[in-house]
Amino acid sequence: MSTNVAEKKSSLYEQIGGEPAMEAAVDLFYRKVLSDERISHFFEDVDMERQSAKQKAFLTMVCGGPSAYSGKDMRKGHAHLVQRGLNDTHFDAVVEHLSATLLELGVAKPLVEQVLAIAGGARADVLDR
Amino acid sequence: MARVKLEGQWYGLDEGESVLDGLLRGGVRVPHSCRAGACQSCLMRAEGGAVPAKAQVGLKETLKARGYFLSCACHPEGDLEVAGAGAELRVPARIATLERLSDSVLCVRLRPEKPLEYRAGQYVSLIRADGLARSYSLASQPHEDTLELHVRRTAGGRMSGWLFDEARPGDALELQGPAGECFYVPGRPEQPLLLAGTGTGLAPLYGILQDALSHGHTGPIWLFHGALEPSGLYLVEELRALQSCYSQFQYRPCVLKGQERVGVTVGALDAVIKEACPRPAGWRAWLCGDPSLVLSLRKKLFLAGLSLKDLHADAFLPSTPPPQEGVEVSGRASDASR
Repeated sequence: MSTNVAEKKSSLYEQIGGEPAMEAAVDLFYRKVLSDERISHFFEDVDMERQSAKQKAFLTMVCGGPSAYSGKDMRKGHAHLVQRGLNDTHFDAVVEHLSATLLELGVAKPLVEQVLAIAGGARADVLDR
Repeated sequence: MARVKLEGQWYGLDEGESVLDGLLRGGVRVPHSCRAGACQSCLMRAEGGAVPAKAQVGLKETLKARGYFLSCACHPEGDLEVAGAGAELRVPARIATLERLSDSVLCVRLRPEKPLEYRAGQYVSLIRADGLARSYSLASQPHEDTLELHVRRTAGGRMSGWLFDEARPGDALELQGPAGECFYVPGRPEQPLLLAGTGTGLAPLYGILQDALSHGHTGPIWLFHGALEPSGLYLVEELRALQSCYSQFQYRPCVLKGQERVGVTVGALDAVIKEACPRPAGWRAWLCGDPSLVLSLRKKLFLAGLSLKDLHADAFLPSTPPPQEGVEVSGRASDASR
């Protein structure tokens, strides 16, 4: 069962274009969140390379790619942002940019839907509920 | 409580204290400058115990493998046995020439006594005989027989004050390094390049510019040099001469304050850049100098479409005194660093 899930996930990741697609997506995605005044303050980081690496790891995870992130990590990694007021509105804004990024890169809509479903599944962990 | 052992003696570290701060508090002289894990002046080597990964960020793999770490960024969990970076990493050098480039900027040329491999735009730590260390960017090209540094005089700056007022050709110093990712990599010769900096941020940019030109870079190369006032600009004639030799090169000196005059733009550096280069997507950029300007410019250029992997930023961090020394050195960029 677990192998099936893994295969299915890796196939989604491969269909989206794998690592090169993540590389192409990360600048677009980061630019969108950094330009969005609703959420940009959560993404301000003196170290833009580090922030960009985090975003790439996030994109890889929600696209079903090989990811070292567990739900526990997501929870721990966002706890300080929840304290600063991170809520559903912000989560929705990020999901919006995720969707727009993938569509912009020409990813087919059904695949984007699958990615959004995975991202949606992270909501409780990210918002620490 | 974590402890550090150096030359047979143990030094206790207070909660949250770095190896550097603990040793300085214990009266040990350790060369250091930025205290922010960037300049690499405070390099030490671990001989026993575990070095946290954070203390090795940015170091070359060859240094990591030999146990080197940045003592200012090292907060060990337990006991750590360390040694000073020592002679094996340092290159003795002598001052070859000292030449004023402007009222506030001194060109220091050094002759290393052993070959030093580097890329124009990287930086080295300059270590005086008494252990005082500051880092400076390299404006010279590796084939030259001397290294060129640009040193800005800063109020109360110990290294810059010494270099301006007391140092003489022939004086001995030591160099450590090079370090830094701010340099030109040959390839894509048609790609537009954007070089922008303030103050002695011109030093690495001058090195990078000449490196790119000597590699036959054919794409447009823009160099923006910002200063508060016209007296803060330097190498103006040299850069104008380069501009007339190379049609792809555009030199734009800018000042924040002062009268409008031929060849010098008055205005904020970011606004001047935006007007001259409104669509920098696909360009390569190097930003050097004042940290807040470098960081805000990086963000603006990224949002304007420049890819992060093509953006090289070198923020010149001020040298900071250890907490217990108070505010003896009011560090500003170039004494300060590079």
